[in-house]
Amino acid sequence: MTIKNFYNEMKDEAGQVRPHYASYAAWLSEMPEERLAQKRAEADALFHRHGITFAVYGEGAGTERLIPFDIIPRIIPASEWKTLESGLRQRVKALNLFIHDIYHGQEILKAGHIPADQVLNNAQYRKVMQGVDVPRGIYAHIAGVDVVRAGAGEYYVLEDNLRVPSGVSYMMENRKMMMRLFPRLFSRYRVAPVDRYPDMLLNMLRSVAPTGVTDPTVVVLTPGAYNSAYFEHAFLAQQMGVELVEGQDMFVKDEQVFMRTTQGPQRVDVIYRRVDDDFLDPLAFRPDSVLGVPGILGAYQAGRVTLSNAIGSGVADDKSIYPYVPEMVRFYLGEEPILHNVPTYMCRKKDDLAYVLDHLAELVVKEVHGAGGYGMLVGPAATKAEVEVFREILIKHPERYIAQPTLALSACPTFVESGVAPRHIDLRPFVLSGEEIQLVSGGLTRVALRDGSLVVNSSQGGGTKDTWVLEA
Amino acid sequence: MLSRTADHLYWMARYMERAENIARILDVNHRMSMMPQSRIQEEQAWGATLRIMGLEAAFHQRYAEITPDNVLEFMIFDQDNLSSIRNCLRAARENAHAVRGTLTSELWETTNGTWLKMRDFTQEAFADAGAGEFFEWVKYRSHLSRGVTIGTMLQDEALRFIRIGTFLERADNTARILDVKYQLLLPAGEVEGGAADYYQWSALLRSVSAFEVYRKVYRDLITPARVAELLLLRVDMPRSLARCLKEVYTNLQRVRNAQSAETERQAGELEATLRFGRIDDIVRGGLHNYVIRMLARTQELGNRIADDFLVPVS
Repeated sequence: MTIKNFYNEMKDEAGQVRPHYASYAAWLSEMPEERLAQKRAEADALFHRHGITFAVYGEGAGTERLIPFDIIPRIIPASEWKTLESGLRQRVKALNLFIHDIYHGQEILKAGHIPADQVLNNAQYRKVMQGVDVPRGIYAHIAGVDVVRAGAGEYYVLEDNLRVPSGVSYMMENRKMMMRLFPRLFSRYRVAPVDRYPDMLLNMLRSVAPTGVTDPTVVVLTPGAYNSAYFEHAFLAQQMGVELVEGQDMFVKDEQVFMRTTQGPQRVDVIYRRVDDDFLDPLAFRPDSVLGVPGILGAYQAGRVTLSNAIGSGVADDKSIYPYVPEMVRFYLGEEPILHNVPTYMCRKKDDLAYVLDHLAELVVKEVHGAGGYGMLVGPAATKAEVEVFREILIKHPERYIAQPTLALSACPTFVESGVAPRHIDLRPFVLSGEEIQLVSGGLTRVALRDGSLVVNSSQGGGTKDTWVLEA
Repeated sequence: MLSRTADHLYWMARYMERAENIARILDVNHRMSMMPQSRIQEEQAWGATLRIMGLEAAFHQRYAEITPDNVLEFMIFDQDNLSSIRNCLRAARENAHAVRGTLTSELWETTNGTWLKMRDFTQEAFADAGAGEFFEWVKYRSHLSRGVTIGTMLQDEALRFIRIGTFLERADNTARILDVKYQLLLPAGEVEGGAADYYQWSALLRSVSAFEVYRKVYRDLITPARVAELLLLRVDMPRSLARCLKEVYTNLQRVRNAQSAETERQAGELEATLRFGRIDDIVRGGLHNYVIRMLARTQELGNRIADDFLVPVS
């Protein structure tokens, strides 16, 4: 399936190279094919040697694979980024206010802007967090907001990721790779740096330590080496200069969290946790979890340790809550949203469901509680039979689905077997909220490598590109 | 540092050292098998190799006959033998992977690279290249790991636990090599052997890279007592028990914590026993008994270190 009329990042409708790509396009045309091929092979070998891999589920337990990296950068002019950035700040600020609200006064529910049961009965809503105060009132310290360009080039937010969003390590490694492979390009372009991210992350984490702690001990909590994003956990811990711990390394005593070290137990103040809520505390959540720390919820509720992101943040990145985010911006900030949502139909609503069933072959239907690009229907790409099968599922459990029009995602030139061709992309910037809200310029650009595919997730074979935000 | 991290580093080092030592042991046999040998002698020699590693029973579960090919396959490639060279290199890499963030990139890439090459090494390629070349490769990858470790790692706790792991393993392996070879070459407690044994003893010396060293130190005939002295008591010999325990003790002192005093004392006691030992006393009391006791004390030390600093061996 091909989407026609998509926005091409490099060329306009008349086929002219856009101004911010001009220098790159010229450089690319001057480069001999063999040299480019050689550079691509070099990138491959380096990524492999460095072990920058990703474990892909469903391909045999513990298989490590490279996430394919494409050497053609995605370039964003300074002015565009400026608008994007203000929109992201605004959105994340509102999301944090929302999460605080629903675990305290629940004003937005009382005002009737969101059906209460959608929040309070949401699987991600954690009653144990009701009334619990967290440092600075911030819950989603790290937000990965997936943004796409559609139609004539407008940006839309595809989804918010507040539950352990990943990808920032690839963003940094991609930049390192590009600078190593093509140093001369970086004199043609003034590209905003991204290597400050670990510094920013560490500062943010320290700034949300429990009150009274002057020199906070920060750790990264990982499920372990067999987790698909382990590379990133280890990378960030190393870049920040903090310990990478697993649940078994820590214990709780007198509502204080400690880690086991060669010099004895050491107190832990802030945990950047890459473990889901459900697995964090076998005494409070899933009792069969070996990834967590028994009693850590108690320490958290007592304010003796900070978890980033907070327990219960997931309710705000739920696809059933997504349609209400623009309303959150209005309600909490009194502003109009700078960034727009993709028009979304909530199948739990009768009228929306009727529309969706009528237009099933044209829409993208997603599970409200799905992730990673699984369990969805891309109407235009599906066979009649697949559409009908999905229709049955949808009728049985409409509340489990939302639908959106098939977006003509923008495409960026990418190296494929036949040469350079446009492939659809998205962008995941990372927003940090601590003492202040900060972003590195850019983020992770993911690219769907198959011709016409709109699925960019690495777990389904997508690739990545370096993202260049140009300095003004 | 995290106890679990130190544990991974310690085991990374032990497995790398173990792989090297297995390569050395197999190399001895390989060289010896090029000498005229009866079938019985060949079987004894290769059987002794299995006994050194405590793998005789495991071997016989999978193979009917002790032949060079079987033992080599078992000790190099066998995926079910936890101590095969392949599995040791893989375990070294897995432990390194678990604590990548603590290693310099050079050390990680070296360990990872060694494993990737081993993983892709087929038995056909092995037959082509020849056993000798393969053992050389293993030894040199181990040398490389050590060189990269000393050359790049910050001299902090991480390095200390790597060194403790390396030298505990080496002490253990050296003791085993000496004991089994001694028993093989000097059955029934004989003190001297015949001229043909020269090759056996020199093969043993070569396996611990001590042939030239022996010459330098003794400048005389190769005698069993002197070989034992070199491997047990000479602290200037990098692979001797004395040297290994000295390194373990020194590093233990540098990482001491609130509960390691007794472990440190035991390590010091062991180190002093070796430092002040006399070969005549040892031979008179029975070399085999001595080595067995040393092995037990070394293992006990390893367990105590795990309890005090790492993940307790349960």
